[in-house]
Amino acid sequence: MAEQKLVVEGLRKSFGDLAVLDGVEFDVAPGEFVALVGPSGCGKSTLFDVVAGLEPPDAGRVLVDGEDATGRVDPFAYMPQQDLLFPWRTVLDNTALGLEVAGVARKAARQRAGALFEPFGLAGFERSRPAELSGGMRQRAALLRTVVQDRAVLLLDEPFGALDALTRIDMQAWLEGVRERYGWTVLLITHDIREAVFLADRVLVLDPRPTSVRGEVVVDLPHPRKVAMIAEPRFAELEAAVLTQVSRGRGG
Amino acid sequence: MTAALARGRRVLPALVLVAIGVGAWQWYVAAAGVRPQVLPSPLRVVTEGWANRAALWANTLPTLEVTAIGFAVSLAVGWVLAVAVDFSPWLRRALTPLLVASQTLPIIAIAPLLIIWFGFGLLPKVVVIALVTFFPIAVGLIEGFGRTERPATNLLRSMGASRWAQFRYVRLPGALPSFFTALRIGITYAVTGAIFAEYVGATAGLGIFMNLQKNSFRTDLVLAAVLVTAVISVTLYLLTYAVERVVVPWSSRG
Repeated sequence: MAEQKLVVEGLRKSFGDLAVLDGVEFDVAPGEFVALVGPSGCGKSTLFDVVAGLEPPDAGRVLVDGEDATGRVDPFAYMPQQDLLFPWRTVLDNTALGLEVAGVARKAARQRAGALFEPFGLAGFERSRPAELSGGMRQRAALLRTVVQDRAVLLLDEPFGALDALTRIDMQAWLEGVRERYGWTVLLITHDIREAVFLADRVLVLDPRPTSVRGEVVVDLPHPRKVAMIAEPRFAELEAAVLTQVSRGRGG
Repeated sequence: MTAALARGRRVLPALVLVAIGVGAWQWYVAAAGVRPQVLPSPLRVVTEGWANRAALWANTLPTLEVTAIGFAVSLAVGWVLAVAVDFSPWLRRALTPLLVASQTLPIIAIAPLLIIWFGFGLLPKVVVIALVTFFPIAVGLIEGFGRTERPATNLLRSMGASRWAQFRYVRLPGALPSFFTALRIGITYAVTGAIFAEYVGATAGLGIFMNLQKNSFRTDLVLAAVLVTAVISVTLYLLTYAVERVVVPWSSRG
C-alpha cells in the first residue's frame, strides 16, 4: 500500500439524515489518472470536498504517500466545475493566485505560472482579462492555476462540463498530451463516459447516493491516446463495460 | 471626438427634458403674472443668483466642507461596520437590527436636538450626514462581500487561504462594484443631509442661506441655492463614475 500516491479508506459522510458517502474506498498510484463516474447527484462533489480537506468526513481516512492527510488541503490542487477566474485579475495573476496565497512572492509566482503559458496554449494572453478568453482557454487557465501549485494530487471536478462538444474534444486531446508530459497524478470527476475512458487509466463507477465504489474498469489503451482511437473496437468495448456497470440495478 | 459625440447623444434626452420644463415654467410665470415672491421665473432665479454670487459662493464652501467631512466619517464608519460584520457572524446578528433601527430615526426631529447637544459647529452636521449616508454604504458593502459564492470560497480554501486571505483576494475586490453603487446613493444623500443640517441651524452654508432668504421672501435666491445644490450633487455623482473607472476597471459598467 505504501507505494500508492492516494489511498481513500472507508469514507462516510452524512448531512443531517442524508447519507451521502457510504464507505468509499479506492487508491491511486503515482502518475495514475483515475476517473470517477456515477449517476448525477450520487455525491461525487461531496466526495471531492472530503478528499480535498474542505469537508471533514464522519468516518474514514485519506492517505497521501502513506501519511494521514484527512482534512488537509495542502496535498491537493483542486479545480472546480466553474473556471472561477476573477475579473479583477489578469489571466497571469489569476493563474498565479494559488502560489500567491501560499506565500510565494508575486514576482516569483508570476514567473512560475508564466512559464506554463506556452504549453497551455495561452502565450500572449498573460495580460488579458479572463473575459477576453474563449471557453476552452478559460478552462486551460483554470487548469494551469491548479497544476502550478505543484501539489501531490490533482482533483478535477468536471473540468470540461461547461464546454461545447467540439471544444471539449479538443481539450481532452490536449489534456491527454500535457498530462503525459508532466506525469501528474489525477483524480477526475465526470459524467461523460467517453471522456473517462479516453483520459483515464482506470475508471471507478460509483453507486447512487449513499455512494460507494461499485466497480472499476481498467483502461488498457496505450498512451498517448489519439482522438481516432475513439472509433476502435477496444474503445467501444471499454465504454460498454463502464456503461454496463453504471446502469446495473437501474433496470436499463 | 466620436466618444464625445456619443456621450453628447447620451445626455441629450435629459437636456431636452430640462429645456422643455424650464421653458414651460418661464412661459407660465409670464402668462399668469405670478408674483416673484411666490414663484420667480427661471430667468430671474439665474440673474438674481448671479447678482448674489458672492454670497452664494461664501455659503457653498462651508456646505462642501461639511459634506466632505461628514461623508468621510460615514465612509469610515460604513467600512468598519461592514468588515466587522463580514468577519463575525456574532457581530452580524448583533449589529443588523441596530443598523436598521438607526434608519428609522426621524432625522427631522433629531437634528434640532443635535444642535442643542453639540452647538452650531461642525459636529451636529457631521452626525446628521453620517446618520443618513452610512447605512446604504454599510449595507452595499455587506451584500457585496456576501456575493462571493461558495465555490470561490472553497477554491481559496483549497489553496490554503486563511479567512483574511479569502477576504483580501476575493471578497473585497468582489464587493467593489456594489460598493460604488452604494457610494452613488450615499453621496447624493450626503449633500441633502448637509443642507438639511444647516437649515436647522448653522452660521454659514447653503442650508441656512435658504432658510434666511425664505424668511425674507427671496424665493428667487432660495431656488438659486437649490440650483447650486443640484449642481454639486450631480457633479459628485458623476465623479463616482470617474473614480470607479480607475478603481474597478473590470466592471462592465465602465
